[in-house]
Amino acid sequence: MPTTETLTINMGPQHPSTHGVLRLILELEGEIVRGCTPVMGYLHTGIEKEMETRTYHQNVTLVDRIEYLANYNEEMAYFQSLERLLGIEPPRRAKYIRVLMCEMARIASHLIYLGAGGMDLNVSSLFLYCIQDRERFLDLSEMVSGQRMMPGYFRAGGVAEDVPEEFIPAARDYLDYLAGRFDEYERLLKDNLIWRERLEGVAPLSREDAIALGATGPVLRGSGVVHDFRKLAPYGGYEEFEFDVAVETGGDAYARYRVRIEEMRQARRIAQQALDRLPDGPWITNDRKIALPPRAELARSMEAVIHQFKLVSEGMHPPAGESYVATESPRGEKGYFIVSDGSNKPVRVHVRAPSFYNLQTLPVMLKDRPLADVVVAIASIDIVLGDVDR
Amino acid sequence: MSETSILERLRPHVPWDRLTPRDDRGRATVLVPVDVLLDVLRAAREALGLDMCVDVTAWDRLPAEPRFEVLYLLGRAGTADRLTVKARAGGDPPTLPTATGIYPGAGFPEREVFDMYGVRFEGHPDLRRILMPDDWEGHPLRRDFALFEEPVEFKGHTPKVPSEIIPYFPPHSPSGSGGETPPVRG
Repeated sequence: MPTTETLTINMGPQHPSTHGVLRLILELEGEIVRGCTPVMGYLHTGIEKEMETRTYHQNVTLVDRIEYLANYNEEMAYFQSLERLLGIEPPRRAKYIRVLMCEMARIASHLIYLGAGGMDLNVSSLFLYCIQDRERFLDLSEMVSGQRMMPGYFRAGGVAEDVPEEFIPAARDYLDYLAGRFDEYERLLKDNLIWRERLEGVAPLSREDAIALGATGPVLRGSGVVHDFRKLAPYGGYEEFEFDVAVETGGDAYARYRVRIEEMRQARRIAQQALDRLPDGPWITNDRKIALPPRAELARSMEAVIHQFKLVSEGMHPPAGESYVATESPRGEKGYFIVSDGSNKPVRVHVRAPSFYNLQTLPVMLKDRPLADVVVAIASIDIVLGDVDR
Repeated sequence: MSETSILERLRPHVPWDRLTPRDDRGRATVLVPVDVLLDVLRAAREALGLDMCVDVTAWDRLPAEPRFEVLYLLGRAGTADRLTVKARAGGDPPTLPTATGIYPGAGFPEREVFDMYGVRFEGHPDLRRILMPDDWEGHPLRRDFALFEEPVEFKGHTPKVPSEIIPYFPPHSPSGSGGETPPVRG
């Protein structure tokens, strides 16, 4: 006798394929998923509340920990909004360095998607290749900021320090090396029967659903919408770079994979242009109410000492008001909504976190699909739980 | 299309004299009374084609009344068109109508605003806490919700409030004032 009874099972929060601490309550009818309820908050650390108790400068440390696989992009978003509030523009060299680091971070972030997503499907050699390539980016990151992750490298009005001399040839080497690697990954996966069968037609998301549920980034672009804020409303100097927006119409996990592979190529193209055309000049604004004076000045100028003291013990005072600037992180639209009352600490900082909104599409992707597709769907959204839970 | 013209395009579709439009550093924002909030959102969706609810968030205006300002950031897929609709919620509990009937994507973020500020969205299909534990008391992003450190059993540890590490300096505070107690103290 057929039965229509459903079985409710729990997946996560401790489960290797949830890419963090995501919990799903799945309602199964046999092998078929009839309902899916994401439960999050296991990684909630109150970053938005904490940011209200710290100065704008101190908050860089917290910002880095939100989207922890793409820290440079996260800092980019925070400072775009803060600089709009302050009404300043960083010097051109700083913009180029920022774009360069952001695009390399985008590649590194997508490499984690590819590696970890592959590992979920038992393509474990791919994971090792991707981690190996990401490792070289982390070395570059260490060169410019002293940190592999959580760099804290960007500042209001520029970057903390100029890139060291040895960084330029090393970055060039890395980008040259990557060109061949992307082709290799594609060769490895394009004709791989398991990869194709497990991704094509799996976790479908229609264009309408993607838009209605607020999906952005590769999830939206994989459903056929040309939507990339680096092109739509260029910020932080992106208007000076040539690149194409990767878009696929498939709307399935395979389309999202194709979008990300193409995005890595485009990110490499942007990074290459930034390296080739890196302008000379200062790397941080010389507005002493916002950026620290250079170390050498402190020995000679009393005024510099006072500025330095005020900035360190008190911090900058953006004018009262609010600002929001949309930026394109590897996962979608990332923006900081900052409210200032003119004091040295923000009244409110809200992070528009792409993973949080993209996660809303998961129940749609999984409706009436086999249980085995859950893992593929989560990997194809490429969530970062630090970004979901903040 | 530039962002300011969005307000001009919205004008014929809404009770304009009750709205407070503003061009805030290139962002088109409009403050609307609560009773026409849904009409404005519907007009934005249907007449302006703003098909994405990019974000719903809020901030606490304490001590001003009505206390909570909720922001709906609307956008159109494939374009840079943006409109921020603001509505203020007061009372206890503060209440607003839900936007999920017009924008399904408002589901998660409205839950977040409820979780963090206690703003009730009437008619929301699943208004539960989303980030905090289900049995949490209070709404942590309210400005009068105190930040505290959990007590530990070690000796000689004085719990510290992070906001006291660098004191609060109001705008135009005189040099050497040493900071002040924040006007609203968590």
